[in-house]
Formats: sequence, structure tokens, C-alpha cells
Amino acid sequence: MALTPAGTTARAGVSNLGDRTWAAALVVFGGAVMVIAGLILLELGRESAPAWQRIGFLRFLVSSDWDPVQEKYGALPFIYGTLVTSAIAILVAVPVSVGLALFLSEMGPRKLRRPVAFAVEVLAAIPSVIFGLWGLFVLVPWLRTTVEPALQSAFGFLPLFQGPPIGLGYLAAGLILAVMILPTISSVTNEVLKTVPLALKEGALALGATRWEAIRMAVLPYARPGIVGAALLGLGRALGETMAVTMVIGNSPEIHASLFAPGYSLPAVIANEFAEATSDVYVGALAALALVLFGVTLILNAAAQLLLQAVARGPRRA
Amino acid sequence: MKKPVLAALAAALATAASAQTLINGAGATFPYPLYSKWFSDYTKVNTAVRFNYQSIGSGGGINQFTAGTVDFGATDAPMNADQLAKVPDAIHVPMVLGAVVITYNAPIEGLRLTQALVADIFLGRIKKWNDPAIAAVNPSTKLPDANITVARRSDGSGTTYVFTDYLSKISPEWKEQVGTGTSVSWPVGLGGKGNEGVTGLVKQTPGAIGYVELVYANQNKLAKAILQNKDGNFVAPTLQATSAAAAGVAIPEDYRVSLTNASGKDAWPIAAFTWLLVHKDTRDPVKGEAVAKFLWWAVHEGQATAASLEYAPLPKPVVVMVEKTIRSLQVQGKPVSIASAH
Repeated sequence: MALTPAGTTARAGVSNLGDRTWAAALVVFGGAVMVIAGLILLELGRESAPAWQRIGFLRFLVSSDWDPVQEKYGALPFIYGTLVTSAIAILVAVPVSVGLALFLSEMGPRKLRRPVAFAVEVLAAIPSVIFGLWGLFVLVPWLRTTVEPALQSAFGFLPLFQGPPIGLGYLAAGLILAVMILPTISSVTNEVLKTVPLALKEGALALGATRWEAIRMAVLPYARPGIVGAALLGLGRALGETMAVTMVIGNSPEIHASLFAPGYSLPAVIANEFAEATSDVYVGALAALALVLFGVTLILNAAAQLLLQAVARGPRRA
Repeated sequence: MKKPVLAALAAALATAASAQTLINGAGATFPYPLYSKWFSDYTKVNTAVRFNYQSIGSGGGINQFTAGTVDFGATDAPMNADQLAKVPDAIHVPMVLGAVVITYNAPIEGLRLTQALVADIFLGRIKKWNDPAIAAVNPSTKLPDANITVARRSDGSGTTYVFTDYLSKISPEWKEQVGTGTSVSWPVGLGGKGNEGVTGLVKQTPGAIGYVELVYANQNKLAKAILQNKDGNFVAPTLQATSAAAAGVAIPEDYRVSLTNASGKDAWPIAAFTWLLVHKDTRDPVKGEAVAKFLWWAVHEGQATAASLEYAPLPKPVVVMVEKTIRSLQVQGKPVSIASAH
């Protein structure tokens, strides 16, 4: 291709055929994402129409009855289960991941960093059904015989830790999710920590700070928006995880304050019941649950974006 | 250079297509191991046909059959009136019988349960293994002082349909509160995905009780409860006891009949047919005849394979009925000919 004459450089992007084709191709790629998301929403809306018509939007959201035989459908137990398990996962995984990332980038002996980082990557590559099996055969019996009785004897006065320790339930599902999202959060956090300017750390150390004080006062505040972003990525995976959750959550559409009780999650019920759903309203109710999951994810993402902005403003003020 | 290759490929495909008719089916997962064995055996008997069966579940089978995407469907739960209204010429052909058994995780040899006990346990009314009501039926056994945890299917399933159909028959309260379906609103318990999920829950949880298919329980050597049947006898779940259930029920012309809680002194109370769904009149003459011949083979030669894979064979009187049904199938409005194969 010939060089563009110097006089037309400013308009080269418009006049050059290659550039225009390239730009058009990019619009198609970018637009495809919007079109696909739009089509998914449209199709879910169409499929779920019989359920909305029969049950009503608000009643579907706040009802906790799920009885396919009587054609009664309510989303609340599934929304609750999804939120509770994801919350447990984030509460457990974020501190561990940040600690892991600090170990990998700041504190750990150099010889150990490579193997540990490799182990974390391997963790990310394990299929979720394997996590589910491990949960069912290792984690759940351990929770039932050791962890839950111990929690009960120490904090049994809290409603969170009451009821018979079965092993399966919110706690098991939340912990499995924590292990699953740990590699995502820790590797992103690790990358974020690497971007912290050396001058900041060295400045803190030069002022007489210990290594921990340098991390607490210089590194972590600088990396905070990135860490929140990492947690957000982990949350996205936790909300949508299906297989591992359904294997350990107990699959009961009920709402309990106790973390030991069995529950259910939005993706799990869709995967479990879709194949045998024959009536229009039943299929509609499952499609409506998918829309609700879409909505929950959107709302949490928007909330997290706001949080991210607030956090990003934080250190500058200080 | 390219064109002759393509032409040769097309010609090869055309010969393959004319040499073998591909018959598509979809549906129940429970009889899938048997069907896949049947299809591979039958291809040796009749080299002109080849089967493609997707085990997507009974509900999916009915949907695909209704939509016309498959030549035959397969289901463990019969089509209801609404579904039949969409496919008026659908015919249910029973293939074999399946049984559902109650399995448990407690140190009890040969646990015996009456109808009332089964209903009360799954309704959540009996909560302890050493409940006096259980002790009364198992006088010679020492029952543990442990909680009962109910384990059931979390996925929609024909097995759940058969089991809840049984519970609805033996307990008016179950029928009123819960009812019969592939997914129901369980009063108590934990859900596991598939037979393997329920088995996992039962094995992992001391004091658990659940229901799985007989085939699955036998293959995995699970403890099976002995149940009291309609005639009042305690029977162990066996293939003979399952076949006996079909002998104790008047089978209607369309075979859409529930075999649970059947009368007969040896009948296992939680048994059911598994059906293939075909059209009474098929437009494609080659496929129509091939399906009819396969059905004929399946209810005769195929039944021996069934027993070896732990599915209960159809009793003789039912086979005689099915013969008549197969003969009544049509291709383009004319009776199908099966004689050439046998």
C-alpha cells in the first residue's frame, strides 16, 4: 500500500480503505457483544412471559414457595441462597487472597514464590465438578464432624450457627466458592501490587516503617481500587457457579438464618429442573429465575462500581 | 481439483444414507444403558438401520417428540392429557419395567417398612430411627438413636415421578400436601443430583434415607429396605417382584397406567413401565417400518438382554398386548408389515 500524502494525514482514518474496513470490523465485533446480550435478554423475556403473567412480577420476587406440582413459583429462596453463599465466599476469599498476593509479591522467600504461584494457577484450572466432588467427599464430612460442632459450641447463641450440623448447606457452598474464586482474586491482586511504585515503598521504609507498616500505609492504600476490582471478578464467578454449589448446598428451596441449613441457588435450580420442565409456566418460571440472576449480577456490579469510585477517591483525600 | 473430491464425497454420503436409515430418538435416562445395548445389538440383526439416541430426560423426550425433531421419544412418566392433545396420534409402547427402592445408611440388617412408615418418614413426621413405630415392625433389630435425614433428587426426574406417585397412593396427606411430579415441593430433606447424587448423600450422611432406581442400587450394593405391599406382604425388591407388579394391574389399551402399589402377593410396590413414544401413522415409509420392526424385536429378543442388565422384563400377557399394538401401527395410512423380519 502507498504512503498517505502528508497533506491528508489528519483525515487518513476516514479516507483510507484499509482503515475504514478495519473500523467497520471492530464495530461489528463490539456491536456483537451488545447484540448477543440483547438477544439473550429478549429470549429470556419471551420465555418467561407465561410465568410473569400468571404469578406477577413482585409476587414472584418475594414469594418463597416453589412447588411445580401446584404451579406455585417464588424466587426468594434462590436469591437468598445465591447472595448468602457469595457473601461467605467473598468474606473468606478476599483476606486470604490479599495475604497470598502479598506473600507472592512482597513478603515470601523468593525460592517459594514460583511454586506457590504455580499452585494457585493450578487451582484456577480445576473444573468445578471436581471441586464439587471434593466438597461432597472431604469438606462436607469434615464440616459435619469437626467444624460445625466446634462453631456451635463457641458461637451457638448466634442464629447463624444453630440447628443440626448436617454438613451440606450454605456454609459448605460458601467455602467451596471461596476456594474457587481464590485464584482469580489473588492473581489479579498480585498484578495490582506489582504496579505499586517502588518509590512509595522505599519512602515508607526510609521513614523508619517496618515492612508490615510499609505494606499497610503505602502499598495497600495505593492498590485498594485494584483489590476491590479483583474481588468483583471473584464475586462474578461466585454468583454464577452452578455445579460445585448444587453438589454441596443441599438443594432445598428454603430460607434459614443458620449457615448450617440446606438452601438453594439461582443457577443450581435452573440446571437441575430445566430438563424435566414440561409446562409453559414451569419453563417460564425457570427463565424468569435466569432474568433475576441477570438482574442480581447487574445490581451487584453497579454497586461495586460505585464502591470502586468511592475507594479510588479515598487515598487522595487522606 | 476440489470439485471431483467434493463430488466423490457427496456420492459416498449418498450411498451411506441409502444403505443405512438413521433413526433419531431422545428421552429418558433411566433405560439408556439398555437402549444403547439394544440399538447396537439390533444393528447386527438388521444392518439397514442405525439409531441415534440422546438421553436428555423424560420431559425433554416428550418435548422433542412433540416438536417432531425426533422419530421416537422415550419417557418414564406418561404424557398427560394436555401433552397428548398436541400429538393426538402418539402411542406409548412399554419396553421394560423399572423399580424404585428405598436405600438407607443405618446399621440395620433388612429394614422393614410399612406404608404408613414410608409416608411418615418422607413427610418428616418420624424423625428418629429408634421411633417406636419403626421398632414395632422391626422387633428383632436394635435401632440406633440417630436422626433420620431424607435424601431425594434435586433434578427433575422420572424416578421422582414414580416415587411420589407411590407416596400419593399410600398417603392421602401426601397427595393433598405434595402430590405427584418430576419435581415436587418436598416437606423435608436434602437434594442430590441424579441417582449418584442421592447415593452420595445417603453414603455420606449417617442416618440418611433416600430413593434410587433398583438397577443403580444393585450395581452399587446399597442397602435396600423391605416394603409392605398392598396385599400386606413384606417383599424385597427384585426383578421378579417388579415384573409381578405389572401382572397385578389391569393394563389399558394405551398403556398409560401407574403400576405403583399394585396388588399381588409378590408385587414390589414401587414399579413402573418405561415407554417409547411413536406415532400411530408415520409419513416416512422406511422409518415407520424400521421402528415397528425394532419394537417387535425389543419386546421379544430384547427382553432377555433386559434381565441381564437388571431391568425387569415385560410379563407375557403384556407382550401379547404390545404385539397387537405394533401390528396396528401404520405407514402413510397403510398397516405396517413386520412379517418380513420374523
